[in-house]
Parts: sequence; C-alpha cells; structure tokens
Amino acid sequence: MPDITASALAAQVFTGLVLGMIFVLLAIGLSLIFGLMTVVNFAHGSLYMLGAYFGVFLFGYTKDFWISLVVAPLMVGTLGLCIERFLIRRLYGRSPDDPLLLTFGLSLIIVEAARMIWGKIGLTLDPPRALGGAVNLGFMNFPAYRLFVIVITIGVLIGLWLFLERTNVGLIIRAGSRDPLMVRALGIDLSRIWLLVFGIGTALAGLAGILAGPMRGVYAEMGVTMVIESFVVIVVGGMGSLVGAVVAGLLMGQVVGLTTFFAPKLAEIMVFITMAVVLLVRPSGLFGEAGLLE
Amino acid sequence: MNRRSFLTTTALAAASFGFPAVLRAQSKDPIRIGCPLPLTGPFGALAADMQRGAQLAEVELNAKGGILGRKVEVLFRDDQLKPAVGAQRTQELIEKEKCQFIVGGLAAHVQMAINEQTKKSKVLFVSTSQSDEISAKPDTSPITFHEALNPTITSRAVGNWVADNLGKKWWIIYADYAWGKQNNAVLQEVLKKKGGTVLGSTPYPLGSAEFSAHLPKIQAAKPEVLMTVTPGADNIAFLKQAISYGMKKEMKIAQPLHWIAYGKEGGPDLYADIYAGINFYWELQDTIPQAKRYVEAFQKKFNIPPGDYSCYAYSGCLEVARGAELAKSTDSDKVADALRKNPVYDHYKGKEWWRTCDNKAMQDMWILKGRDKLKGEWGIYDIVSRIPANEEYDRTCAEKGLA
Repeated sequence: MPDITASALAAQVFTGLVLGMIFVLLAIGLSLIFGLMTVVNFAHGSLYMLGAYFGVFLFGYTKDFWISLVVAPLMVGTLGLCIERFLIRRLYGRSPDDPLLLTFGLSLIIVEAARMIWGKIGLTLDPPRALGGAVNLGFMNFPAYRLFVIVITIGVLIGLWLFLERTNVGLIIRAGSRDPLMVRALGIDLSRIWLLVFGIGTALAGLAGILAGPMRGVYAEMGVTMVIESFVVIVVGGMGSLVGAVVAGLLMGQVVGLTTFFAPKLAEIMVFITMAVVLLVRPSGLFGEAGLLE
Repeated sequence: MNRRSFLTTTALAAASFGFPAVLRAQSKDPIRIGCPLPLTGPFGALAADMQRGAQLAEVELNAKGGILGRKVEVLFRDDQLKPAVGAQRTQELIEKEKCQFIVGGLAAHVQMAINEQTKKSKVLFVSTSQSDEISAKPDTSPITFHEALNPTITSRAVGNWVADNLGKKWWIIYADYAWGKQNNAVLQEVLKKKGGTVLGSTPYPLGSAEFSAHLPKIQAAKPEVLMTVTPGADNIAFLKQAISYGMKKEMKIAQPLHWIAYGKEGGPDLYADIYAGINFYWELQDTIPQAKRYVEAFQKKFNIPPGDYSCYAYSGCLEVARGAELAKSTDSDKVADALRKNPVYDHYKGKEWWRTCDNKAMQDMWILKGRDKLKGEWGIYDIVSRIPANEEYDRTCAEKGLA
C-alpha cells in the first residue's frame, strides 16, 4: 500500500480524467449510433485504430499534427458513411443481431488489413512540439498533451450538444431516436439522418484514435480492448443516452485510475464489477430508458 | 561406348568433381528441419526475423554439402501463437513432411505444446523461445534442447548489473503472465541478495495501452531504478507515457530485454538511456569475428542486419546439423547424445555450450543502452557491458528436478 498523500491522490484523479475523456469520445459515438439506429457498432474499435493510423499517414505527408488531427477523423467518418450506405443499410428491418455480426466481421477485416498494410510492429506518432513538455499543476508535473486532450474533448462535447439542441437537424435526430415512425409520418427522410449520424459517430471514434496515438502508440490491436470497455461505458450510462455516455465514461476513468492506485491487480475486473453493480440497481443503466433493446 | 553415352558420363563425372558437395547433397532424400513459428499475430515481426535466421542456416548448410551428404530443407509453419495450432503443425511436420528435427517456437506456452508433440514422436526439438520450464522437470526430456535465454538467466544477469551500476532502490512493473511473473520474481530475489529494496511492484494485464494510472504512485515513491517488464507493443506505450510524465529525468529506466524491432520503431525519443540485456546485437561484429561473419552473411542475403531472435533459429538449425554429423545418424537419441558429448559450439557470437544435465545453452549476453542519436539506420544502442556465460545464472539441475 503506498503512502496516500493528498497530492498523489489528486494526481491520480487527474490521470483518471484523461482516461475518462477517451472513453467518452468512443462511447458517445457508439451511443449516438445505437440510440438512433439500434445498431450495435462492433467496428467502432477498429475505426478508432484507423483514426490513429490515418493520423500517422497524414502526418508523414503534411508534417503537421493539426491538419492530421482534423483530416484523419473526417477520413474515418467518410469510411463510416460508406459502411452505412452500402452495408448496414441493407440490414435495416432485420434482427439487431445482423448489423452486429456484420460490424464484428468488418472489425476483423479492418484489423487484419491494418496488419498487412502497416506491419505488425505498430507505429509511433509524436505529440506536436508545443505540447511535448509537462505543465506544473502544483501537485504534479502533468504532460501538456494530456491537458490538451481534456480541453479538446470538452470542446467537442459542447459542439455536439449545441448541434443536437440548437439546430434543425439536431432536432430531427432527437425526434428520430424517440419515435422514428412518427418522424417518418411527418414526411422526413430518416435514412439520410441515419447516414449522417453514423458518419458523426465513426468520425468521433477516429478522433479518439488520433488523440490516443501520441499517448499509447499506434498498432493494429489498439481498438480491441477499447471497444469492449466502451460498450461497458454505454451499458453503465444507459444504451443510447448521451449524458449517460459522458457521465459513465468519466466514472470509468476514475474507477480504473483509483483501482490501479490501491489494488492494481483488480483494475481490469473492477470495470466489470462496476457494471454489474450499476445494472443490479438500475437495470437500464444510469440514464437509460427501459425497453430500447426489446 | 558410343559418343553420346561417353559425353554424358564425362559430363556427369566432371560435374561431380566440379561441385561434388552440392551434387551429392541432392542425390539422396533431403534431411528436413521443421520450424513452427508465430508468423501471423502480435509476434509476427520477431517470427519473420527468426525465419530469416533459419533460411540462412539452410543456405549455408547446403553450400557445405548438406547434412551427412544429404540436402537440407527447412520447412516453416505458422503456429498462430496458439498452443493447439503449434502442436498440430508440429505433428504435420513430423508425420506428413517427415521432418527429422524440429527447431523453433516463440512464446513460452506454444513452445511447450510443440515440445509435448516432439516428445511423443521422439523427435529432437531445439526450442528458441524464452522459458524456464522447458529445461526443467516435468517438461524437459533427453531430446529437448533449449537454445534461447530464459527469464531466470536474463533477470539474474541484468538485475545484478543494474543493482551494481544504476541503484538499489527499485520499482518493478510487469505484465501479468508467465514470462512477466517469472522475471518479477527473479528480479526481486536478485535485489534482496544485493541488499537493495523493492519499493513496489505492479502487475498489469498483458496487451495494455494505458499505463498513466500507474505512474503518479511510482513517481511519489522516488525509486532510483524503474524496472519495466513490458513486452511487445506494451513496451512502446509504457515508455511513451513514462517519459511524458518526466520519469526519465527522475530515475533510471531498465528492462530485462531490448527488442531491436521495437527499438527501431520507438527510436531515440523513447529508447535513449534505457538499459536492458540482449542475447545478440549486430554491432558486436566490431569486436567478435564470428559475429562479423554472421552479420555480413545475413546482411548480404536479406539487406538488413539480423535481429535478436534470428540468431536462435540460425544456431538451432546449425546445431542439429552438427549433432547429426557427429553421430553419423539422424536418430534423435544418437544426435542428442553426440551433442552432449561434444557440448561446445560457436555459430554466431563466440563460445556457447550445452549444460549436459538439462540440455540448456549457456551463452554470453550483453547490456545495451539506447543512444540519443541513431548511427545509420539500425545503430540503436551502445554496448555497455558483456556478461560472460555462467551456469550459476540459471537454476541448478537439482533445482530443476534433474539431478
């Protein structure tokens, strides 16, 4: 047991916050897609990985991290659009298992393709020079890049919130996830909205990937465990609930961070224990509405 | 004798005098060495390096006339890093392809499955994977040889050097599986004997990408040395994060092994001033003539220097050849006896020998330190120290249940 000083604990909480931010970015995309389309996107982890690889690729060409940071998620989002338009769209109206199997198969293909194209060793992506150092927070020296991840995630969340709450398209998305039949009856073409939402959700996965690259390295299997943990996050938060995805993502960051501090051997399993406890108390998650999965 | 048959006979005779070895080597059934490796999956890059080592051995053996005048063929199979697949591929290599010897394996658990199969088929096996169990009861056998280093040797050698040279207050972080746990246990034992303190030791699940949650605690403990037992892609992720938290400036970082493939990918940003052990590094060619010969031949054939694992496969193939020549037979028991009677060999880095009680290869290793600037494309490390082969670094045969 380490000495539990206030500053060590504060450092740990802050570290957990960054873990939570990556969870939030992945989970919110998953939740957005599930909430509107009831599609469980198993390829989310491999799109996260692609975001990181596209980032490395673009950085090789442009030598500019900022351009890569913007373009890589757009590339992943475009791929997401194609996946929805040409593959998933054929499966609407069938059992929710079908898109799940489809995206699961896709994830295997994408990971194997990444191994073939970029090799089995993995690549490295450096943070931009300006963010390479550490910032003194008083209780610890914290990597500047990780602070940047916190800031950018908050920025994206605010942008997404404004989009959903303040725009007409956002209104349709919210209405579509409540009652798709009624929205259709009003003469709105929901298939274009689904396309858009799948694109946004996958672009967020790509963004999480390129943000994670400079912290964790870039390799073909990087999304495999992330996708499972992100599913845990949206189950805890409530399937389809965006607020739930944010709260549960941050919660899981702290669960992992603090369990690692006190009992590192339990860190991995604690995530699942938390999920079990939450589901026992609230079967549809913290912010979930009952009956979405039936 | 007509003109035509005269010509054929003389041509044949001339040919067999001109290139006698090559021709004779091709005249009988080939001798086959089966080589199961995890060619696909996370260890694929290391396996590709090993494959190159075995291919070079094949070419060199055939250039010298093969084994017992018979051509040598090395057959590769992908074990997919799965024990069941490894066992099945090995069985195919032995029963279908009629391999007389098996050399290979990478990852302790797969190599164990291969060994079960070779024991059953009574075929000599040279393991090229790091493992403590393979040369100990109940897994080993008189026809099981172990060419690679093992966690005990590696961590005793590296641990002693680090305690003497870098500091005696350590924190250990290790991947929570067989290889990681063995290294952790040995490192703890070494430091205790040296009178040092382990301030803490943290397990983490193998394949993790995020280590930041471990770091503040380690920083607060202020160790002199951070020992990281983080194989594969974990190594790059861990070092990236430890360095971004400023830990390289606060403490020395050491690990049981460097892996050249990852050192190359991570580059000096990550690996400068990181200390670790290694079984072979190509710059040894500057001081060891045998290494120079090996590196040059390898470089000529593949256009890259050999990595750390190709040597095991290379040496393993040459050893079964040496054993077969000594025994004048491909019978596994006779070859094994011949190797034990003539245990000393030198294929790529100077003298090695088989300890006869457990068929374990005893060999030199080196301590490397990452450079802050590459020399050429592959000049990643400075060679800091040589650790001569020493049987005392391994467990005794009595401790292994073999006395």
